Amino acid sequence: MLEVRDLSKAFGGLKAVDHASLDVRAGEIVGLIGPNGAGKTTLFAAIAGFHKPDAGRITLDGHDITGRPPHRICAAGMVRTFQITQPFARISVRENIMVGAYFRTADRHEAANLAEAVATQVGMGNQLDRPGSDLTVAGRKRLELARALATRPALLLLDEVMAGLNPTEISEIVEVIREVRKAGVTILLIEHVMQAVTSLAERVYVLNQGRMIAEGTPAAIAEDPQVIEAYLGHGAAKVMRA
Amino acid sequence: MRNLALAAALLAALIYPLLVPNYLITVGMLMFFTAFLGQSWNVAGGFAGQTSFGHAVFFGVGAYTSTILHVSHGWNPWLAWPVATAMGGLVGAGIAFLSFRAGLRGSYFALITLAFAEVFRIVANSATFTRGGLGMLIKADSRLENFQFTTPIAPYYLALALCLVSLGIAWRLTRGRFGARLVAIRENEDAARALGIDVFAEKVKVLTLSGAMCAAGGTFYAQKYLYIDPSIAFGIDKSVEMLLVTMVGGAGTIFGPLIGSIVLTAINELTRNAASVFPALKNVQPLSLIVYGAMLILIVARLPDGFASLLWRRRHA
Repeated sequence: MLEVRDLSKAFGGLKAVDHASLDVRAGEIVGLIGPNGAGKTTLFAAIAGFHKPDAGRITLDGHDITGRPPHRICAAGMVRTFQITQPFARISVRENIMVGAYFRTADRHEAANLAEAVATQVGMGNQLDRPGSDLTVAGRKRLELARALATRPALLLLDEVMAGLNPTEISEIVEVIREVRKAGVTILLIEHVMQAVTSLAERVYVLNQGRMIAEGTPAAIAEDPQVIEAYLGHGAAKVMRA
Repeated sequence: MRNLALAAALLAALIYPLLVPNYLITVGMLMFFTAFLGQSWNVAGGFAGQTSFGHAVFFGVGAYTSTILHVSHGWNPWLAWPVATAMGGLVGAGIAFLSFRAGLRGSYFALITLAFAEVFRIVANSATFTRGGLGMLIKADSRLENFQFTTPIAPYYLALALCLVSLGIAWRLTRGRFGARLVAIRENEDAARALGIDVFAEKVKVLTLSGAMCAAGGTFYAQKYLYIDPSIAFGIDKSVEMLLVTMVGGAGTIFGPLIGSIVLTAINELTRNAASVFPALKNVQPLSLIVYGAMLILIVARLPDGFASLLWRRRHA
């Protein structure tokens, strides 16, 4: 469904993403992990049209979307959320989600209905009238998810929806994400909470210093010496094996 | 309940000029006219968060377009009115296109609008088709079919109608997709982009609308006062006035500009009369500016959502 080939993006002299490739097939949940500063968010932003890649190609369902603006990419069925949540602070949760829903319909009632349905889906059904600025961290993460879902995407890019949540909240949102996938949405997620990645993702990509260093099932990735070294430092793999 | 209150207010506005002396009719006309101009600013500055310091550019374009067509080319001003309105929209689209293509946001956008207004003022001051600094005089021919008025009642009702149209536009914005997108852009541009909003296109659209509305006001002004010059049309005073009434009343609300306009017009008239009651104030002129300034400080510090937030408790933190 999503194919990224040899994507590169540099900021000045820093190669944030360096010839990275990845594939997401329809119906999958794919994880993207890597140490801090590995370039995950930059890769996401480039895929979603927020950064113009310097080189490489991104195709969605066979259509080239490289360098297209975000609203075009959204129209093609792919939408992102933000690691640092960006709620529309001064409007209600309902109105926040309706902004997403208006992408599919111009009708106010339809948009409101869709917003309510999505809010219920992510467990915010009782918070519809609260302003965006009133939400807890967990609430904001759910709101990010809800707004993105309201655009009716085929592929959802989730950037650290679990960062900053407590274990109960994490298991709740893991459930929500499972349900979203069951409803037919393919998911690519950046995540630091390894337990969540292991329980959700079928396949995991590991990015380090802008390069894709490994790909495989969560179990295989955890054993990969290159991955261990990326996280724990040079020579760590040997120590672990000993 | 609220509908009843609005109906009563509308009825009061309709019969008001039949009950009061001419002076108060003109004050009422000014209230509604300023509220209309404020709403044109509010559409872009309040709802979409695109703060402009140079809305006079649209006002002036409207005033000059209709006046040039009327005075220099013999058009009927009623016919020139829609053309002037369209010109305002065109200039709005042009300024938006140039500024937003260049990625200007926030205070940079505000400054560039100020610069545009100044450029237009200087051009109007030096070009021959605008008669330069002399300004343009519209020959008095007080017939309604000539868009001129013999009594203060006609312009009062026209200003009221303009104000009602602008309220309708603002109301539509709070109820529909376009308005929801504008608010999303105001609240967070990146999030708006991620949710599939073509931020650039929406901003150009809203400035087109705002510019057209404001230009329509420019023509009305020219026909009411029969004289415009570069600083009346493009001066900073008009820009500030539009921004001020909206901020005082409540930016991004339907009734904000109207409330602000009522408050500021009342202060303006009261302070003007205060000097005749208290001779000591004669040398403190214009007193209204001092009161405006003090009030703006209070509003920004204590009531950032304007007077409208006192009437309708908004739900923000």
